Amino acid sequence: MARSTGTLRKATTTLVAWVIALAIFFPILWTVLTGFKTEAEAIASPPSLFFFDWTLDNFVIVQERSDYFRHFMNSVIISVGSTLLGLVIAIPAAWSMAFVPTKRTRHLLMWMLSTRMLPPVGVLVPIYLIFRDAGLLDTRTGLVIVLTLINLPIIVWMLYTYFREIPGEILEAARMDGATTGAEIVHVLVPMAVPGIASTLLLNIILAWNEAFWTLNLTAAGAAPLTAFIASYSSPEGLFYAKLSAASTLAIAPILILGWFRQKQLVRGLTFGAVK
Amino acid sequence: MPTQHSRVTARLMMTPAVLLLLGWMLVPLGLTLYFSLLRYNLLMPGMEQWTGLDNYRYFLTDPAFLDALRNTLLLVGGVLVITITGGVLLALLLDQAFWGRGIVRLLMIAPFFIMPTVSALVWKNMFMNPVTGLLAHAAKVVGLEPFDFLAVAPLFSIILMVSWQWLPFATLILLTALQSLDSEQLEASEMDGANSLDRFIFIVLPHLARAITVVILIQTIFLLSIFAEILVTTNGGPGTASTNLTFQIYALSLLQFDVGGGAAGGVIAIILANIVAIFLMRMIGRNLDA
Repeated sequence: MARSTGTLRKATTTLVAWVIALAIFFPILWTVLTGFKTEAEAIASPPSLFFFDWTLDNFVIVQERSDYFRHFMNSVIISVGSTLLGLVIAIPAAWSMAFVPTKRTRHLLMWMLSTRMLPPVGVLVPIYLIFRDAGLLDTRTGLVIVLTLINLPIIVWMLYTYFREIPGEILEAARMDGATTGAEIVHVLVPMAVPGIASTLLLNIILAWNEAFWTLNLTAAGAAPLTAFIASYSSPEGLFYAKLSAASTLAIAPILILGWFRQKQLVRGLTFGAVK
Repeated sequence: MPTQHSRVTARLMMTPAVLLLLGWMLVPLGLTLYFSLLRYNLLMPGMEQWTGLDNYRYFLTDPAFLDALRNTLLLVGGVLVITITGGVLLALLLDQAFWGRGIVRLLMIAPFFIMPTVSALVWKNMFMNPVTGLLAHAAKVVGLEPFDFLAVAPLFSIILMVSWQWLPFATLILLTALQSLDSEQLEASEMDGANSLDRFIFIVLPHLARAITVVILIQTIFLLSIFAEILVTTNGGPGTASTNLTFQIYALSLLQFDVGGGAAGGVIAIILANIVAIFLMRMIGRNLDA
């Protein structure tokens, strides 16, 4: 008796959970499916979920008309570039805060975080003018610089929380054996912290890939990553649902898959360790 | 024990990160403050002159500012109410035993990874369009008039889109917090005869309080800066119906080229965000000691 009510309860929960999950996921599913329709089928009434003539034309057209691949590469270069640069700057800083803490370390960490909370629009004017005068508007270099600085506090924080879990004695042993600080970081700390560094890397690529304030305001046609490229569909062009969907699918697929793999580390990274 | 030598090295290792962030903070902030005191329009180069606090007076007394402030509060508040309520309910659901938990979890967090411009355009065109959108089809099927979301209720529509994006974030964090709840405490209260509502109010909710606060604060920081969703759907309109503070300052700075006015607005946005940031930093700082 108890067992069958348990099963019934589990079955009901399963049903409710799946219905809600599919409803939440539905806009994404619909976008992906519409990308494979013809424009006529995309606005057909009644709409069809799976039973239509699948076609790859939209993907071909999006690439041919708007050089999709260039924007894709802009996104890759900007998000990966800014994250790698951020790691190179942040690893030594996080090392020193985690293993040689001083009285001021705590304040320093909090101060770094506070720079991340500055609303971007508060510094839009000066950054725009500096970029204009330095010839950095609409360049990938410019965006790599801005996104590195924006995400640097998060990178330092995430690395710091991971480094703190590594016993300092191991690093000390390496030091006793005569390793220089550089060698200690590169050959001892980094290999031990690979999982943490990988999480930091991937979360920051996701954040940089989807960043849509600076990428929209500091680029035009040349360095526009996918966020800005997709924004160009806000014109009447957006009414070509199949092409909008094909372009959107290509823009979200890589990061969605990456995100799914790293979902466990997400909470820790996004709450700066406040919720584990 | 760190030696004197390693302390010096440690300080050197920190220097690049500290200097870069210091520059990133002080230079633009200083310039924003400076520009906010100038009459400075990019259309009239060389005409810059000192105006004291005039930009602030214009910005704060502009009726558009009050609209933008109201819209900002509605946008942040609306999304918070939806995502926190929904997040608590979904976290309670996901904490139960059922078949396919892993996949359900993946499906539910997916919207968080969608770039804002994609999410906004998909919602605007393929769902909320009053003629060809899916919601219009659905309305017709059940015999209702299609609703022109972005024309009739632009801010509400944007609240819905943004909530869809942030619901997974709230759910995921609240679920993580829920899973650290001591099950013995729940069992004990069950034996004492507490029903599930009592248990939720007196045990689960207090346990989640901290996580809920963190979610509110972090989301507020991001929601104050909502920009892309407005840019690609309504452009702040009709009129100023969906203009938030971020969008108003953007329009002033880069569309009307009023550098001075935009900078004054920027300073006000920074002050508002800082009020929230102070509380968030306290929460995070407390955890640092633990």
